[in-house]
Amino acid sequence: MASQTTAAPWNDPGAKPLIRFEGVSKRFGDFVAVDQVDLAIHKGEFFSLLGASGCGKTTLLRMLAGFETPTEGRIFIDGVDMSAVPPYERPVNMMFQSYALFPHMTVEANIAFGLKQDRLPQPVITDRTKAVLDLVQMGKFATRKPHQLSGGQRQRVALARALAKEPKVLLLDEPLGALDKKLREATQLELVNIQDRVGVTFVMVTHDQEEAMTMSSRIGVMNSGRIAQVGTPVDIYEYPESRFVADFIGAANMFEASVRQSGTDQVVVNCPELAHDLIIAHNDMLPEGTPVTVMVRPEKVAISRDKPAEGLNWAQGVVADIAYLGDVSIFHVRLESGHRIEALQTNLRHTDERKLTWEDPVYLSWHPANALVLTK
Amino acid sequence: MMDRLGTGRLGRFLVGLPPYAWLALFFLVPFLIVLKISLSEPSAGAPPYLPLWDWDETGALAFHLTLGNYATLFGDELYAFAYLNSIRIAGIATLGCLLIGYPAAYAIARAPTAWRQSLLLLVALPFWTSFLIRVYAWIGILKSEGMLNALLLWLGVISEPLQILQTDLAVIIGMTYSYLPFMVLPLYANLEKMDLTLLEAAADLGCRPFKAFVAVTLPLSMPGIVAGSLLVFIPAVGEFVIPDLLGGPDTLMIGKVLWAEFFDNRDWPVASAVAIAMLVLLVAPIMIIQNARTKAEEAGK
Ligand SMILES: Nc1ncnc2c1ncn2[C@@H]1O[C@H](COP(=O)(O)OP(=O)(O)OP(=O)(O)O)[C@@H](O)[C@H]1O
Ligand SMILES: [Mg+2]
Repeated sequence: MASQTTAAPWNDPGAKPLIRFEGVSKRFGDFVAVDQVDLAIHKGEFFSLLGASGCGKTTLLRMLAGFETPTEGRIFIDGVDMSAVPPYERPVNMMFQSYALFPHMTVEANIAFGLKQDRLPQPVITDRTKAVLDLVQMGKFATRKPHQLSGGQRQRVALARALAKEPKVLLLDEPLGALDKKLREATQLELVNIQDRVGVTFVMVTHDQEEAMTMSSRIGVMNSGRIAQVGTPVDIYEYPESRFVADFIGAANMFEASVRQSGTDQVVVNCPELAHDLIIAHNDMLPEGTPVTVMVRPEKVAISRDKPAEGLNWAQGVVADIAYLGDVSIFHVRLESGHRIEALQTNLRHTDERKLTWEDPVYLSWHPANALVLTK
Repeated sequence: MMDRLGTGRLGRFLVGLPPYAWLALFFLVPFLIVLKISLSEPSAGAPPYLPLWDWDETGALAFHLTLGNYATLFGDELYAFAYLNSIRIAGIATLGCLLIGYPAAYAIARAPTAWRQSLLLLVALPFWTSFLIRVYAWIGILKSEGMLNALLLWLGVISEPLQILQTDLAVIIGMTYSYLPFMVLPLYANLEKMDLTLLEAAADLGCRPFKAFVAVTLPLSMPGIVAGSLLVFIPAVGEFVIPDLLGGPDTLMIGKVLWAEFFDNRDWPVASAVAIAMLVLLVAPIMIIQNARTKAEEAGK
């Protein structure tokens, strides 16, 4: 779904980013809402800011739009320092979380509003208004007032209004927050399609990680005002750089451990929760005794009655809980130490005679390449 | 189910009763009494009008309805002139209230939350002093040797004292001052609840702050402007005290005419006709327009 076909300009050190945050902080009184953020977003990206409530996503977006002034640092759009540029002169448009449609204007007038500010000739305004209304499939509702529309329709008008000015950057603050799951998924797809068609750079705030994963070219994970990690959805999920990101994105089994032996491509760690050492693929040398966290995703953990093959990491325990989700089941396995590990299994058959059940003794196993050692 | 519905209706009826009873007792009944007097013939006795009906010598019921009082209103252009002048003066005063009240209400609504209550209290503060005393105070300010003239003379703006007191201007100043809170309060209520992200949206779409005010804030505050203007205009038209104290002998306003008919001429029926005519000619159309506007707005929703 995401525009993964596009090249990856973020890997090209020579590429000039469209948006650049340089050491940007924002304090409200003593409270630090955004803390020393450095960030580069490239032309044509669908960039998502993901993080828990109150971590500063909206504040970051509002600084980009010009509604808040950074306490420290600078923001550049297309190489221009935005410090002295008021919101009405910035080449960005925002789709507000509350939509902020003008209640006294028709849908048409709402969309034409921004174009009128540019003093475009009336025929151009009419044409463009019609074009974006068609783009979001709201042509039929051109003469309605916002209060005569459903939530989903309002949200499309808000999107159309922000798109009409063909900004360099479109900012979206939880654009789909108000929609039910079905409509939300349909609209996600629609947003990505629209982005592909108009080629505008999108910066979207969300706290729905599934949404961020499906739509984004890259994700910036935020944690109390700081950027914890920036990367593609795959990077963020498969190679989190810290305990916070590993824990925040998706489900994760984590063990506290200490390094026993470190090689060029793997590391052996001792884990008090497990009966024996673990071997994990890792490229950096770690001094012996370094405290680390081992992370393995539930779907990477195989569950079986029989002892797993040599060369795999394994653990032994009993089934403590089973969550049946239809397509998959999640097994909570209790180790001897009392530690619990989650393992996810796809339900391949309608019925399974060898089905695992509560208190069954089982083996868990995972490949050294499918676990991570986290030092942060 | 029926039962619950029944008590629901009864409950609603009981809750609605006091306001209606209040309106009937203090608005409808006095109105009917005035209407009745306006249709009676004047007399020299007490009360100074004849009953609407009585029994004649034969014992039959006889009505003495007359439209003569209304004919008087149309016959003498003094009345028409007084009506028009009242509307003119009240209209200017309403405009004055709007010009001062809108920025005031806007400033209060955009002030830090902690200040708003205190600022609103300041707007309402004059109510703690008697209305009459405040109008008398304006005599002290506006008269030839009053404070305003003294100040202007001292500043050298004028060389002769201005004759402000006993002119229409004094009446307009007095009305603007007296009715200002009635403009500020509804406007404040409206501006305060406005969604400020709309202004951010306007700025985001390339609109400068002043244009955003004209294109967004002003139209959205229209209900407040209308409510405030009606609250000022309607009582100002019938105002008696301010024109009497601050106006001159030729400041002709319908309130003064009414007073003169009532107390100087002791012509209660004509005075009542003046009052009824004012209500019918002025308040009724405004109410009807307002009602239609509200309905149109609701239909639009
Ligand atoms: N104007 C303000 N004054 C004081 N504190 C503020 C202000 N705006 C935001 N904050 C604080 O800054 C922090 C970050 O707010 P922000 O709105 O950016 O969070 P968010 O990540 O968008 O959260 P959510 O997902 O709930 O929308 C919050 O703790 C908030 O209370
Ligand atoms: Mg937010």
